[in-house]
Amino acid sequence: MLYREAGDYKTSYAKDNQTFPIKFDRVAYYVLLFVAFCVVPFFINDYWANAVLVPFLIYVIATLGLNILIGYCGQLSLGTGGFMAVGAFASYKLMTAFPDVSIIIHILIAGGITALVGMLFGLPSLRIKGFYLAVATLAAQFFLVWLFNRVPWFYNYSASGQISAPERTVLGINVTGPNVDAWAQYMVCLVFVVACVWLARNLTRGNLGRSWMAIRDMDIAAEIIGVNPLKAKLTAFGVSSFFIGIAGALLFTVYLGAAEVGEAFGISKSFLVLFMVIIGGLGSILGSFLGAAFMVLMPVLLKNVLVGGMGWPTDVAAHFQFVIVGGLIVAFLIMEPHGLAQLWRVAKEKLRLWPFPH
Amino acid sequence: MSANFYYGVEVFLNGLMAGVMYSLVALGFVLIFKASGIFNYAQGVMALFAAMTLVGIQNGQVPFAHLINAIFGTHVKEFGWHVPAFLAILLTIGVMILFAFIVERYVLKHLVNQEPIILFMATIGLAYFMEGFGDLMWGSEIKKLDVGIPQGGNTWIEESTAFLGGEEFYGFYIDSLDIVAAIVAILLVASLVLFSQYTKTGRALRAVADDHQAALSVGISLRTIWVIVWSIAGFVALVAGIMWGSKSGVQFSLSLIALKALPVLMLGGFTSIPGAIVGGLIIGVGEKMFEFLIGAPFLGGATENWFAYVLALLFLVFRPQGLFGEKIIERV
Repeated sequence: MLYREAGDYKTSYAKDNQTFPIKFDRVAYYVLLFVAFCVVPFFINDYWANAVLVPFLIYVIATLGLNILIGYCGQLSLGTGGFMAVGAFASYKLMTAFPDVSIIIHILIAGGITALVGMLFGLPSLRIKGFYLAVATLAAQFFLVWLFNRVPWFYNYSASGQISAPERTVLGINVTGPNVDAWAQYMVCLVFVVACVWLARNLTRGNLGRSWMAIRDMDIAAEIIGVNPLKAKLTAFGVSSFFIGIAGALLFTVYLGAAEVGEAFGISKSFLVLFMVIIGGLGSILGSFLGAAFMVLMPVLLKNVLVGGMGWPTDVAAHFQFVIVGGLIVAFLIMEPHGLAQLWRVAKEKLRLWPFPH
Repeated sequence: MSANFYYGVEVFLNGLMAGVMYSLVALGFVLIFKASGIFNYAQGVMALFAAMTLVGIQNGQVPFAHLINAIFGTHVKEFGWHVPAFLAILLTIGVMILFAFIVERYVLKHLVNQEPIILFMATIGLAYFMEGFGDLMWGSEIKKLDVGIPQGGNTWIEESTAFLGGEEFYGFYIDSLDIVAAIVAILLVASLVLFSQYTKTGRALRAVADDHQAALSVGISLRTIWVIVWSIAGFVALVAGIMWGSKSGVQFSLSLIALKALPVLMLGGFTSIPGAIVGGLIIGVGEKMFEFLIGAPFLGGATENWFAYVLALLFLVFRPQGLFGEKIIERV
């Protein structure tokens, strides 16, 4: 009964085009923002931040980035892990080279550097399509990981080959390094998530987003009606890599603190983010949130149930987790190939008619 | 001739042999892609699973021993018998056919007419599932696979080529296992070609590969064909699993050979069986020679991880459908 457009009069074009046309959604959105910014930081503890909230927020950014590339522009990419590594290493080099500059600026520049690298590896997409392109992006994945492993300049000649984030502050509060508070980690990630989502939402409904979607739906037809495929594809790779680079930089500086490139940014990370995109729903911003939440929460939940609840040995539980994750992905694709976002869309339609569906 | 030159030739020959091993995996991909348009990421894990099952059956392991022990607190481990290699291989083929049947029944049937990316994701899910399932069933420790294939350097080749070089040169070192693998690969490809050209089922397979709808309309059952194709792919996976497993032990890294087979596919084209072979050879030789000539001396080594991909990528820029792939025609 509450979930209706009825009675909500729109008197300007801006209002007509707003993101949440239904009043209930708008209220819920502001309440959610209020809770996220003003309530959660006071109650968050180390376990929740480290196991759930911080990785969730970081993966939302990465998923959003990959979703722009796959869901909006239709270019399948398996190089996410490599691009996240670019973000991480760029932020590391910047942080150690210019210690006086704010880390926020470093992370943004790291995103920019990743965007350039992404555009470089996106160039073949003009010739190569579909699965050939997916395999081609694996070249980026393997080459970048190898590069960061083999060239000592990238990890400042440290003996272990690892990179570790030095302590940095924002407004006088520690956000990286060993002495960081859970709420500070959370707030930094949250600010980046909100900014990225705002950017993504406005890009995808504008001129650029429409040209991406035209390329996705049929690239030859799009070219004929005047979409420049070079521009559309390269901007998609650029924007997507920008987000993924920010996610990589945050993952390394704020969340992990220290990283070894093959372990933290390997091919499994590419697949993890791809799963988030598919399970959440292709071409949906809400889906990016849902997919990331699902893939972050499920292993935590499974581990708690199997090891904590039933007392299985950890290795058997780990194998069982693979079976369940794999099985769930297949089951999901069979039941709802358009992801969790589609479930929400269906639920919304039902809600609008409730309680009188006929 | 200098010893370095002969060493280079040896690297070249070993590259050819490695290429044959890549081709074995790539073959399975091509078969499934041709018949159902599915890019089967699980092929590598299928090889791992087949090899694990083979070892498990050979050694008489109790399936799901870890799981049973964890739930019931028992300590079962082995039946205590030893199955001969030939029988074990037959049983494993049976398991792979059963697997093909289950995949068709519970996964593919429900995903008909979905977009390729959804099917691709489903096979990744399948790969995860099988990886965990295989570990649950047979345990995750590294196992030794021995079905009686000779191993180690081939002394005959070594001795008969030793006269070529000078004092420093003792003949080419080539692993006997690689030679066996090459022979098996040739036999496998020959029999696949004969099968698809001269049998009724083979003809049906080619019809489905050509056009699903047309094949359906002349009375070919898609579902049966899919079971057959996945069974054959399972069999190819078993062969690849035996070869790789004998070489480096049955362990998780075996499933990563799928990633080695992908550039082979790109180079050869997703739809061509000869392409898989030629692509495999090019990639095998290319990455070994690059590592030998440029990678190890100048770039700090381990270039094998990415060279194949970059080579395939550069190649595709000039020929987007691969060496032998069907020409991509696009219409609006």
